[in-house]
Amino acid sequence: MNFDFTEDQHEIKRTARELLAKRSGLEQVREAAEAEAYDESLFTELRELGWTGIAIDEQYGGAGLGVVELMILCEELGYALAASPFLANALGGLMIEHAGSDEQRAKWLPGIASGEATATVAFASGGSSEVVPDADSAAVIVLIEGDEATLVAREDAEVETVSTIDPTRRYARVSASGGEALPGDVAGALARAEVALSAEMVGIAQRTQEMAIEYAKERKQFDTPIGAFQAVSHRCAQMLFDTEGARSATYFGGWAADADQSQLALASAIAKAAASGAALSVTASSIQVHGGIGFTWEADVHWFFKRAQLDAAMLGGAGKQRAKVTSLTASSLASAGGA
Amino acid sequence: MDLTFNESESAFRDELRAWIKANHPGEEPAGEDEGYAFRRDWQRQLYEAGWAAVHWPTEFGGRDATLVEAAIFNEELARARAPFPANVLGLLLAGPTLMIWGTDEQKQRYLDPIMSGEEIWCQGFSEPEAGSDLASLKSKAVRDGDDWLVTGQKVWTSGAQYSKWCMFVARTDFDAPKHKGLTYFILDMEQEGVEVRPLRQITGDPEFNELFLENARIPAANVVGGEGNGWTVALTTLMNERAGLAFGLQVGMKVALDELTEELAASGKLDDPMIADELGALHIKCEILRLTAYRGLTATMKYGQPGPEGSLTKWMWSQGNQELMQFATQALGPQSLAGGSSWGRAMLRSRGNSIEGGTTEVLKNIIAERVLGLPRKK
Repeated sequence: MNFDFTEDQHEIKRTARELLAKRSGLEQVREAAEAEAYDESLFTELRELGWTGIAIDEQYGGAGLGVVELMILCEELGYALAASPFLANALGGLMIEHAGSDEQRAKWLPGIASGEATATVAFASGGSSEVVPDADSAAVIVLIEGDEATLVAREDAEVETVSTIDPTRRYARVSASGGEALPGDVAGALARAEVALSAEMVGIAQRTQEMAIEYAKERKQFDTPIGAFQAVSHRCAQMLFDTEGARSATYFGGWAADADQSQLALASAIAKAAASGAALSVTASSIQVHGGIGFTWEADVHWFFKRAQLDAAMLGGAGKQRAKVTSLTASSLASAGGA
Repeated sequence: MDLTFNESESAFRDELRAWIKANHPGEEPAGEDEGYAFRRDWQRQLYEAGWAAVHWPTEFGGRDATLVEAAIFNEELARARAPFPANVLGLLLAGPTLMIWGTDEQKQRYLDPIMSGEEIWCQGFSEPEAGSDLASLKSKAVRDGDDWLVTGQKVWTSGAQYSKWCMFVARTDFDAPKHKGLTYFILDMEQEGVEVRPLRQITGDPEFNELFLENARIPAANVVGGEGNGWTVALTTLMNERAGLAFGLQVGMKVALDELTEELAASGKLDDPMIADELGALHIKCEILRLTAYRGLTATMKYGQPGPEGSLTKWMWSQGNQELMQFATQALGPQSLAGGSSWGRAMLRSRGNSIEGGTTEVLKNIIAERVLGLPRKK
C-alpha cells in the first residue's frame, strides 16, 4: 500500500508545473481566450516534448507509460488552464488504443502520439454531436452513442465551429453518417477517458482554491484579511475538502486503469462524479471569495469556472455517474449475496 | 503508486481474518452494561491472542504493526461486524500518549492493563465551559505535599462508570497564559472526591457522563509530560484520536451503506431514480473517505506523526455518516423510525458525529489555519 506517486511521476509533475508556469501563464490564457485562438507554439512544444504520446504504446510511437502519467499531465494542464487541443487528443487516443482494432490503432495512433494528426471524442446522438472539443483541428473523431463508438475521419464529417461559454478551448458541431465501429472494449476505453478528464478538473479545482486563498490572505476589509473571518475561511476549508476528495478518487481511477481493471468501471464513475462536483463547486466558491472583483472580466477566475462547466458536462455529467455507481454496487452486492 | 496490500500486509490480513472467523464473539447483547462486559471479554480474547494493540511497539506487547496493518485491523473488525475492544480510549489515546510522554515507571505500570482491558481509561478533557475552547478549562489542581488536589467538573466522559483511570487535564498555574498553565494527569477514578453521573443523550442511552471532582487526590508521580506542559500532551492525544479511527469508521459506514442498498433493492425502492441518485452520492463519499484516509496514511508513513489532515477525514466521515443515516430513514420510511428498528437509533446517534472528537467547525478552523495557512480567526 503506497498511495503516492513514484519519484519519476513526481518528477513529471514538477517538470510539467514549471514548464506550464512559463509557457501558459494567466496572461497567455487570457490572450488565447480573448482571441479565441490557441498559441500554436504551445502545443508544438508539448508535442516535441513527447507529452501527446505519453500513454500510447511504443509500437505506435508513444512513450508507453500509463494512465497515471497521462493523468498527471492533464492535472497540470488543468491547473494552468492551458489553451490547447491536448486533452481532446489524449481522450480520443485512449478510445482508439483501448477499443480500436489493430488496423485502427496502426492507422491513427502514430499521428495522435506525435500530435500531428489529432483525435477527439464526444457523446453523440444520431451521428451528430453539438459540442465536440477541438474537432475543427482533429484528424479523427470518435462519437459515442450508448455502448457503441464510431470512428469518423475528419474529411468524412461535417464540422462547424461553435462558440461556447468557455473561450479557453475550441469546440465544434460534428455530424457524420457512416464511419467505422470501434470493435473493442468501449466501456473500458471510456472509463480511462473519464479519468483523464477528471484529472483536468482536479487541476482546475486546485488552482482556483489557491487563487481564493491567496486573495483571502491579502484582501482586507474591516482592517482584517478576509481569510480571518470564518465565513470565508470555512468556505476555503470546504474547497480543500472537495478538491482532495476528487483527487483521491481520480488518482484511484488512474491506478485502477493501469493496475486493476476489475475496479476501473466503479473507480472511473466515482472519479468523474467527484471531480465534476469539485470543479463546479470550487470554481464557483472561488468567485465568491474574490467578491465583486471575482465577477469581473478582469479577474482570471472566470476562465476556470467556464472550463469547469464544459468539462463537468462532457462524457456524461455527475448524475449519470451516480446512477452508475448505484447500479454497479447493487449488482455486486446481489451477486455476492447470491454466491 | 500501489494500492494493493504487499505480501506481509496480505499475510497479516489473512491471519487476522482467520482468527476473527474462529473467535467471533457473536452479536453484542442489548443493554449498556451487558454490552460493555461483552466488549471487555472480547478485548481479553484479543489480548491473549496478541491482537489487542497491534499498532503498539513489541516492547510494550504490541505487534509493531505498520500504519497500514493497523488500518487493516480496524477494517477487518468492522467488516466482520466484530465489536471494537472495550478500552478503546486506552488503546488509541492513553497508551500512545504515555509512550511519548510517560516516564519509564508509568509505561511499566499502565500499558499492559490498558491492553488487556483490566484497567479501563476515560478522557477528562471537556468541561461545561470549555468545549471547543479546551484551553480555557477551569478544573483546578493545587499542590498538597507529594500530591495534587483537583476540584472541578468534566463532561462527555464516555465510559467513566467503567474506568479505573482518567486522562485528566487541569489548570495548575492561574497566572500563566491559558495554554501554558495546564498539566496532564493520570487520575484514579476509584476514590472519594470523584463522582460519576450518567448523562442521558438524545438516543436515550447514557453513553456519556459528567464527572464531579472535589479535592480528588493525584500523586505527583502521575503527572504526564511535566507540570505546565498539559496542552502539548493533550494535543498528542487529540491527533491520535482523529488519525486512528478513520478506517474503522469508514468500514462501519460502508457496512451500513451496503445494508441499506440491499434493503432498498429488496423493496424495489432502488428503481426510483431519485433514491438511486442519492444512494450513489453516498457510496461515492464513502469510497472517497477510504481513499483519502489511505492517502493520509501514506503521507504519515513518509513524513512522520499524524498531521492536521486527520481533521479532513474526521469531517468527511461525520458528514457522510450523518447524510447516510438521514437519507436511510427517509428512504426506508416511517417504519425505520419505529420500535426496534436500528436505523432510527443509528440516525439519532449520528448527530453526535460532528461534535464528538472535535466539532466540524473546529476542524474547519484547523484546516483553514494549519493546512491552508489562512490568518488566525477573528
